Amino acid sequence: MGAYFSEIFLGLKSLAIGLGITFKEFFKPVVTVPYPYKTLKMSDRYRGHIELIENEDGKPKCVACGMCQRACPSGCISLASKSVEYEVEVKGEMKTKKKKVLTKYDLNFTTCSLCGQCVESCGFGAITFSKDYNLASFRKEDFHFDLLNRLKERNA
Amino acid sequence: MSLTILNAVVAVVAAIAFAAANAAYLVWAERRGAGRIQRRPGPNVNGPLGLLQPPCDGIKLMTKQLMIPGGADKALFMVAPVLAMAPAIMSFVTIPFSETIVAHSMNVGVLMIFAFASLGGMSILLAGWGSRNKYGVMASVRAVSQNISYEVPMLITVITIVMMAGTMNLKELVAAQAGGIWNWNLIPSLSSPLMPVSFLIFFICSLAETNRAPFDLGEAESELVAGFHTEYGSMGFGLFFMGEYANIVIGASLITILFLGGWDCPLGLFPGVWWFLLKIYMLIFSFIWIRWTFPRTTIYGLLNLSWKILIPISLFNLLLTAGLLKVF
Repeated sequence: MGAYFSEIFLGLKSLAIGLGITFKEFFKPVVTVPYPYKTLKMSDRYRGHIELIENEDGKPKCVACGMCQRACPSGCISLASKSVEYEVEVKGEMKTKKKKVLTKYDLNFTTCSLCGQCVESCGFGAITFSKDYNLASFRKEDFHFDLLNRLKERNA
Repeated sequence: MSLTILNAVVAVVAAIAFAAANAAYLVWAERRGAGRIQRRPGPNVNGPLGLLQPPCDGIKLMTKQLMIPGGADKALFMVAPVLAMAPAIMSFVTIPFSETIVAHSMNVGVLMIFAFASLGGMSILLAGWGSRNKYGVMASVRAVSQNISYEVPMLITVITIVMMAGTMNLKELVAAQAGGIWNWNLIPSLSSPLMPVSFLIFFICSLAETNRAPFDLGEAESELVAGFHTEYGSMGFGLFFMGEYANIVIGASLITILFLGGWDCPLGLFPGVWWFLLKIYMLIFSFIWIRWTFPRTTIYGLLNLSWKILIPISLFNLLLTAGLLKVF
């Protein structure tokens, strides 16, 4: 008989404790972010698609060595470059040197698996992960990113 | 004669309007309340604070096609939602909101409300059976066994109160509690020392009678799809929903009338309809609060609670009160 009543009282007590918790929660501020109107800042470790990094002149850091292209298991990076001659002053005299300049850097995001091999393979720290995630689209072409163009738009 | 008919028509229209408005905006309150408890905003896109959500939902439900599944019992399938709504509306007729605001004050008001409340179980049974859906049948069997087992302690508790007041008229029941919080049935008196327990039993039973969480076995979404209204769409579903929320209002009104002194002010000042409304909406808030706090019980736990705890205690209370009424 005692067990019967103690069970009832314990049950009622635990119910009251539960109600107390939800009552407190009721008056706490809302934690939901109303997504399309407000967005959270993505964390530093977020790995989106890749993005070119610029140097001080606003030009891509990339030297067009093609390591990323070779490292990519899905073959979704394609880049092109051209040789440009430029003059440098070395020990008082002018010399002409050649260097490669990036002319095209396309990412086919439809086949990218976001493995990050390209970023790891880059010896010049020229590519990084973007924080973009609003990428839904109905058209395949929207996922062929022209990264040079994106860099230009970012700088504009 | 014509004035009486007009009176009745106005009363019925007012009851339907009150029930429908409550049903619509209690859904909103429920969703907002659930949101607050879970620390999310709830519906907030349509109109300020999401207040236009209920009309939008209503329009959506009304414009949808009413589908009748193949093999269903058409007559029962169509009757069930109406049967869920009609008793709820009927019960409003005899509920006194204040000294003057009552459609028809009856000598057997309590009895009438319970008679119509029992019909609610019938509508669930017909809905589950008529829609020829195994989940529907399972849900309706559960809901009916639940409704029956919770009606017993509820009625025993009501008998206790009726015995004390000596009347079944809801208006007179309230009048017997007039004059402040110390006269309310909630407060234990010499002749009924276990009144708070009765209140608790009645409160639990009215939760179970309205088929709400934690007693929502009739529409256990995680087990039975949507329970007895699995096959209902459009306004059939809408009527079930309105019936459910109208029943919640009736349950809250009954608790207010039987235990909380109806339209009486706690301090005996300015009694009026506002006190009644304040009390029922506080009770409804507690219903919502409970729904979003506790998980669903099992069917055995539910029936054990009724037959092993609520019924013995309410019977003991009935006998005790009967004895003490003789003494004092």
